[in-house]
Amino acid sequence: MTLAEKYSQEIQAIFAKYPPEHKRSAIMPLLYLAQREEGYISRQAMEEIAELLEISVTEVAGVVGFYTLYHDRKEGKYRVQVCTDLPCALRGADEFLKELSQALGIQPGETDAEGRFTLEEVMCIGACHRAPVFQVQSAEGVMYYENMTVEGALEALKKLE
Amino acid sequence: MTQYLLLRHREIPEISRLEVYRQHGGFEAFRKAVTEMTPDQVTEVVKASGLRGRGGAGFPTGLKWSFMDRKSWPHYVVANADESEPGTFKDREIMEGNPFQFLEGVAIASYAVGAQRAYIYLRGEYQHIARWLDEKIAEMETAGLLGERLFGTDYSLRIYTHLGAGAYICGEETALLESLEGKRGQPRVRPPFPPSVGLYGKPTVVNNVETLTNVPLIIQNGAEWYRSMGTSDAPGVKIFSLSGRVKRPGNYELPFGVTFRQLIYEYGGGVLDDRPIKAIMPAGASSSLLRADDRLLDTPLDYAALRPLGGDLGSASVIVIDDTVSIDWVIQKTLRFFKHESCGKCTPCREGTYWMKHLIDHIRANGKEEKQVQLLLDVARQIQGKCLCALGEFSTMAVVSGIERFGEDFR
Repeated sequence: MTLAEKYSQEIQAIFAKYPPEHKRSAIMPLLYLAQREEGYISRQAMEEIAELLEISVTEVAGVVGFYTLYHDRKEGKYRVQVCTDLPCALRGADEFLKELSQALGIQPGETDAEGRFTLEEVMCIGACHRAPVFQVQSAEGVMYYENMTVEGALEALKKLE
Repeated sequence: MTQYLLLRHREIPEISRLEVYRQHGGFEAFRKAVTEMTPDQVTEVVKASGLRGRGGAGFPTGLKWSFMDRKSWPHYVVANADESEPGTFKDREIMEGNPFQFLEGVAIASYAVGAQRAYIYLRGEYQHIARWLDEKIAEMETAGLLGERLFGTDYSLRIYTHLGAGAYICGEETALLESLEGKRGQPRVRPPFPPSVGLYGKPTVVNNVETLTNVPLIIQNGAEWYRSMGTSDAPGVKIFSLSGRVKRPGNYELPFGVTFRQLIYEYGGGVLDDRPIKAIMPAGASSSLLRADDRLLDTPLDYAALRPLGGDLGSASVIVIDDTVSIDWVIQKTLRFFKHESCGKCTPCREGTYWMKHLIDHIRANGKEEKQVQLLLDVARQIQGKCLCALGEFSTMAVVSGIERFGEDFR
């Protein structure tokens, strides 16, 4: 089923946000919609979005590639994105990532054998005062986990399954 | 300080409910603006209040509004809720805790510049806040505070949220506008500035969330009242995001003129393990590194006061670094960030951040050879003044100030 068939109402609501002559503005919400399917944006979805917006597939792929929250390949069901930027690192984020990585048995950038978790090291997510922090990105969206310990993180991740 | 102007949810926990916000005077300023004042009068009050942009640049807000090109229509207002500077987490608390005051600020700004459509551009990670604001906007529409012919006048307004998707550069206003237009978020050549040519080529005001949240109170209580707080350079209050090696990191809403010593020790509870402070970054990862001597710690903070000390207040995202931390490590962290976030459009930034990151990795892995440190400093200086937007410049701040002011960490 195409996105237009499956989400016709939502797509209409997205287009209604922008002036009709500037429908290209709808690309970011449409990409989020496409990503909701499988946690990544398939080539087919990019083609469909290009058609909806009357732009080239290359332009759509260019937007997908530019932003870090869009993904063009399948990884783990849950992307565990740990912030290790300066403010978080000053409060132990590097050690947290290392220990979490050991506990999950995967290095940053890797996905576990079951395809559940992908561990990622990310830039600032705006929660510096509650470090160590990570967010979990999945088809459903983004969730924050703040003031974390490794034990607390493992417990929270367990609940996701 | 006991009475909050912006983080009012800390005193009135239910202020995120429309009826509670209205019980506390909510939307009276918007009503007053639309029914009793001309758009120019609103702009004049904001101008007279001395309110300056809280996103980092500190540009006078009313002046920005007055630059809108009146020969070109329609006009737009865009609220910058992209908050991505490492060390900054204030707009998030405003929107989560006191959403209606922010939305009222968006509405008043829109009326002042004649915009009938406003967008709130949020960083992609703030999806839960976008959903929350959508609910609040819907409540405003139901209550007749947004929509057609507001308060029985000819003025109509709609507000929409728009989510980014993880790109620091989209906090730069022209990159934000590109992104909102559905393109890659790469900055435009300026001039023209957005009040002449902005969203969809039309005059646009882009204001930070915290800036806009000040506006309802200024309209309600007047410019003189606002000027009675803070300093003459920077009237009013500021939310300081305090992070790093402090006991109580968090947001602190304080009048301009507070000192680092008060912020860090009185409010932040002092340094972890009671270590001495080595350096302060007052504007997140984009800051120069300031050596934490008595003079710095006791300087009343506003935009002008930090310049002679070799720093910028920026968004007041204060990162505290103690004496256990080596400055070369700090620089490696900031360079990793800027290399990742460089949008790639202009060469000095794209190539420069790559090479600076390469050099600091080499220096930290292979010993601090003077020649390599000098080369890093040279590359940073070559970038300065040559980039399209501020990101390239920001990437050099910690490098140059760190090597110059903390030379002992590079020997």
